[in-house]
Amino acid sequence: MLLRHTTKDIKERSALTVNPAKTCQPIGAMYASLGIQGCLPHSHGSQGCYAYHRSALTRHYKEPVIAATSAFTEGASVFGGQANLLQAIDNIFTVYNPDVIAVHTTCLSETIGDDIPQIINKAKADGKIPDGKYVIHANTPSYVGSHITGFSSMTKAMVDYFSSSNGQRQKTINLIPGYVEPSDMAEIKRIAGEMGISSLMFPDTSRVLNGPMTGHYRMFPAGGSTIKDLESTGNSLGTIAMGRTASLAAARALDAKCKVPYEMIDLPIGLHATDIFVDSLRKMAGVNVPESLSLERGQLLDVIADMQQYFYGKRVALVGDPDQVLALTKFLVSIDMCPVYLVTGSAAGKKYQKALEEATNDVPHEVRIKVGGDMFLLHQWIKNQTVDLLIGNTYVKYIAKDEDIPFVRYGFPIFDRIGHSYFPSVGYRGGLRLVEKILDAILDRKDRDSTDINFELVL
Amino acid sequence: MRKIAIYGKGGIGKSTTTQNTVAGLAEMGAKVMVVGCDPKADSTRLLLGGLAQRTVLDTLREEGEDVELLDVRKTGFGGILCTESGGPEPGVGCAGRGIITSINLLEQLGAYAESEKLDYVFYDVLGDVVCGGFAMPIREGKAQEIYIVVSGEMMAMYAANNICKGIVKFAEAGGVRLGGLICNSRKVDNEQEMIKALAEKLGTQMIHFVPRDNVVQRAEINRKTVIDYEPGHEQADEYRMLAKKIAENEKRVIPKPLAIEELEKLLIDYGIAA
Repeated sequence: MLLRHTTKDIKERSALTVNPAKTCQPIGAMYASLGIQGCLPHSHGSQGCYAYHRSALTRHYKEPVIAATSAFTEGASVFGGQANLLQAIDNIFTVYNPDVIAVHTTCLSETIGDDIPQIINKAKADGKIPDGKYVIHANTPSYVGSHITGFSSMTKAMVDYFSSSNGQRQKTINLIPGYVEPSDMAEIKRIAGEMGISSLMFPDTSRVLNGPMTGHYRMFPAGGSTIKDLESTGNSLGTIAMGRTASLAAARALDAKCKVPYEMIDLPIGLHATDIFVDSLRKMAGVNVPESLSLERGQLLDVIADMQQYFYGKRVALVGDPDQVLALTKFLVSIDMCPVYLVTGSAAGKKYQKALEEATNDVPHEVRIKVGGDMFLLHQWIKNQTVDLLIGNTYVKYIAKDEDIPFVRYGFPIFDRIGHSYFPSVGYRGGLRLVEKILDAILDRKDRDSTDINFELVL
Repeated sequence: MRKIAIYGKGGIGKSTTTQNTVAGLAEMGAKVMVVGCDPKADSTRLLLGGLAQRTVLDTLREEGEDVELLDVRKTGFGGILCTESGGPEPGVGCAGRGIITSINLLEQLGAYAESEKLDYVFYDVLGDVVCGGFAMPIREGKAQEIYIVVSGEMMAMYAANNICKGIVKFAEAGGVRLGGLICNSRKVDNEQEMIKALAEKLGTQMIHFVPRDNVVQRAEINRKTVIDYEPGHEQADEYRMLAKKIAENEKRVIPKPLAIEELEKLLIDYGIAA
């Protein structure tokens, strides 16, 4: 009973978070940066920050995560980080020679008020940035928002620094995938490709953080959005942005900067959300949905129908990032499950809260929602009335173990299982995988708990 | 839209001068927003008739991240839009970070959006540029133009010279320029000539000499600008003149700060020795 101190009695808390369901901005910024080809993320702060961010990403992806740091000392926090960053830029281009350095800030550099664009301009003026190389930046104080905010800001920075329009509209469509796994990004691209659409995705971490073992270490893997791709996003027909909290900022910036209109949709998790994604692609590109996708759709639908009796009425507790929680809640409701406890780690606004309330309107239980909550509260709710299934990141396993509840790992971070990097949870195929995982958890429990008499061979 | 930052030594009369000047600009028909960047939150007192403003940071602290523009912006004399960053009490917290947070928030909320049809934004910044936060108003894409309020007292000139050093750093990499010195008279001997000479050495101009007059104090105790309190007074005309000069000013330079010996010599030549 590792969480034996969690009480059933819920007291109002305003200034204390216990077992947060989020992590800090630079992690998201670093992850987004890795989605640019040939990019070295740079953490403008002390060494501890960058070591933690790298290790958090490495533990989740089981891949080496590269980054550099400004290595602040007492001196830098008094005199500002300019000298460190200038030296770092010089060193990085000399030693590692990336195409892009993506600088994100930390709490310390934000508080001392380093003006990163000014430092980048100075580096440029001093000739420290070679021709054809770039330094971009995002401000990512950890005391604001979460890893999603950092991801969103760095994705927007790609637009601010690279996107340009030459007045000639191309038939390409921009895809902003949101804070999803490399496998999800690949799947989103595949669906667009399946429809015969040429797409530009940014950021794109597929084949960066789920690459193959080849026997040769490549500091800059083959994947990622190229500079050329990022530049030409300004000439695309339109943008499909997935997941409001992670992708809206970049989509808006691109609309404002290059007049590329955008469609804002939920993450394509589950049947209906994928339908919306496919339909948006279809309308924007003016194409038909190919038979191959209809087949995938039909397969997902078939499984949902076949196994409906096991989904029906199951009470689910769900915790994670806002975009995922919203899309997943809608999917669970659509397959007759009952998401009763919903917690997001970060705040996401009143509209978001309302969207969750609407999504769970017809759930025949009391539904508890906390936008900007923590796992402690979720656990307290469960202690008051339990659930049949828990969905969340690795940290949820403590609750699952203590309360003996079937558990599906989903979201960021997952430190203790593999699969998320290779098998998507978006699209119809991703839906199939989610359904499989949910069923495995529920049916394994059913088998475990069955008496000899009702232990069934065929389910 | 012109974005202007006012700097100067603490207590020199930045807030008073700024408010009287923007009152003059408003009288000329300009749409102005004043952003107070001082934890004391008294940069808009004369425009609003008292410290009626809820600061951006207080609002953020009390209401969380769902802040709306109308919560933190009030309309004062002559339709001037007033906001105050606010900040911690003396001795605690980080006032510099407060300014960064509050200016970012105002941008997010669209306070500077084209739809607001602003002609001027004035940043009234606390005292010296003591840390990175206090330079926020002159970062890239923010204020492009700075005026320094100064008097003939040595420490005020010393501070003005120091502020110029800060401007050089930002000017070399970005677009910010010094528009001139505003002399807020303390009735020091040879004050006007001395500040003119200082301005010349810095490579800029003394844009206006504001004489000392007690009507400013009287207006202040009544929580009004002079233009509001006694529109017919000649001091009101001085502020109108300053407003006009700023409106027409096209001289914007990267200053050349003086070495301390040069500054002292200036004081001796014009001040004590004269």
